[in-house]
Amino acid sequence: MLLEVKDLNISYGDKLTVSGVDLELNTGEIMSIVGESGSGKTTVIRAIMGCLPGRGHVSGGSIIFEGRDMLKNTPKEWRQLCGREMSMIFQDSGNMINPIRRIGEQFVNYIRTHAPEKTKAKAVEMAKDMLNKVRLPNPESIMQSYPFELSGGMRQRVGIAMAMVFRPKLLLADEPTSALDVTTQAQIIRQIVDIRNEFGVAVILVTHNLGVASYVSNKLVVMKNGRVVESGKREVISDPQDAYTKELLAAVPVVGEVKYYDR
Amino acid sequence: MTNKQLLSRIAQILVVLLGISFITFALVMLSPGDPVRQMIAGNEDIIVSQQEIDALRHELGLDKPFIFQYLDWLGRAVQGDFGFSYMVKKPVVEQLMESLPATVILALASTVFMLLVSIPAGIYSAVKHGSVFDYVVRGLTFIGVSVPNFWMGLMLLWIFGLKLRLLPIVGGRVSLETLILPALTLGIVMASKFTRQVRTAVLEELNQDYVVGARARGMSENHILWKEVLPNAMLPLITLLGLSFGNLLGGAAVVEIVFSWPGLGYLAVQSIIYRDFQLVQGIVLWIALMYMVINLIIDASYNHLDPRLRKAGR
Ligand SMILES: Nc1ncnc2c1ncn2[C@@H]1O[C@H](COP(=O)(O)OP(=O)(O)OP(=O)(O)O)[C@@H](O)[C@H]1O
Ligand SMILES: [Mg+2]
Repeated sequence: MLLEVKDLNISYGDKLTVSGVDLELNTGEIMSIVGESGSGKTTVIRAIMGCLPGRGHVSGGSIIFEGRDMLKNTPKEWRQLCGREMSMIFQDSGNMINPIRRIGEQFVNYIRTHAPEKTKAKAVEMAKDMLNKVRLPNPESIMQSYPFELSGGMRQRVGIAMAMVFRPKLLLADEPTSALDVTTQAQIIRQIVDIRNEFGVAVILVTHNLGVASYVSNKLVVMKNGRVVESGKREVISDPQDAYTKELLAAVPVVGEVKYYDR
Repeated sequence: MTNKQLLSRIAQILVVLLGISFITFALVMLSPGDPVRQMIAGNEDIIVSQQEIDALRHELGLDKPFIFQYLDWLGRAVQGDFGFSYMVKKPVVEQLMESLPATVILALASTVFMLLVSIPAGIYSAVKHGSVFDYVVRGLTFIGVSVPNFWMGLMLLWIFGLKLRLLPIVGGRVSLETLILPALTLGIVMASKFTRQVRTAVLEELNQDYVVGARARGMSENHILWKEVLPNAMLPLITLLGLSFGNLLGGAAVVEIVFSWPGLGYLAVQSIIYRDFQLVQGIVLWIALMYMVINLIIDASYNHLDPRLRKAGR
């Protein structure tokens, strides 16, 4: 078991926001978390990364990653894990890097933070290599660009490249395609699946798109009001037990006679 | 900034200067009192004959219609002749050049003091926001921004000049001893304002998404503060810094008067009291010019520092 979350409670200040969440994930698996806005999806994956915003904190339960109790981590241990053993891609990765510094500089800084023994030239090479792997044309010029000079899809690929450069064991993706058009969405999702196949990374994918969720994932978790209302393999989609899951499925657009997620 | 943009900015400055010169000229003309009488008699109540006044008025061209007087002045101004100050009995330009160094020295000293205090205090206050240090800084700077310049100046004079007798209370000359108090007065007031601005700018940047991203990549807090947050926070601060420096170069009238510091602000007040309108005109134009030139420099550097603007300008 790579990641085991048990009976997790998360509060912002005194307010209990997420309660009783259980998750299990093995190496190479993709788990999707779906659920309405405000149901606590972001909160859960941020707790796993140890970067809850504001006054958020884990108020109960446990998070075990590679046999290690994550709630006992010191800030320094978190910094060593984040970006190396586990990493995150966001809704708009372009916003998650400094707007006034070149992508290359930031990529190299990042690599050398976790691998200080690498020379600058070596780090540049690693970065370009990774940009190539996510099928970005002309890595050289991407390295020289500022975030605002790239399209949303390119920025997302840069985000994936940065997240994967250290071959982390766990990749957390928070609505990585919500800001993109449909074609680009499909490309980015395919990219994430490719990455999983190539590196054997485990992925937790937060999405609003049930079609995407059923298409790519081994496991599916449905959340509502800070609780997991249903979880399991793909059968959740074909045979939902919970009323809320049925509602969610009913909301999926129908194309012809086929529900979007069947395609 | 491209050459074309630069040229259009310079043209803009010239137009504004033209407008300002016209307005000051008109205001001086409209204001009560007779500059010719003042010129002969000063502020004393001596009797001057009407012939004498009329002769001088004619000699100075002050009996011509307003618009001709203005054009006369403008014609000489474009050749670098800004008239003669009867108050100091010197050409206006010469007097401006004489008063300028004192103002520049005071501006530099108070700005350096301001930066030395407010940058570290503002940054630390933002990083440790909500801490005791932060509360103390916010309290002190609140007092600092609420206190008027002249009161702060008088307090410092009273403490360091009268009570402790550490520094001279009589000014009128430029020296290190006489510089300390006016520089401190301006510096404290400006530092209070700027510390708050630094704090706000840094806090705002600390809440940006790229900081979350950097943390998720496991970057150190030091790296995040110095390499990511501060360069971003400096952008708006450069503008504020430039504006207050531009203001100072026009002379800090109140503080210069309190400490009899012989700079442009002091000169401006004297020239208005004496109705020496050629000199007033010269000073007003200088202040406007400084303000706009500094603004131009800021915009150019801003363009250079922010890649989003730099690339958009091309
Ligand atoms: N920084 C915060 N401080 C306080 N409460 C927060 C904070 N962030 C989120 N919350 C609360 O936590 C709850 C869950 O939010 P979360 O962002 O995890 O939802 P989500 O499922 O990711 O929603 P979305 O689909 O809109 O991204 C919400 O009720 C929200 O108000
Ligand atoms: Mg979310």
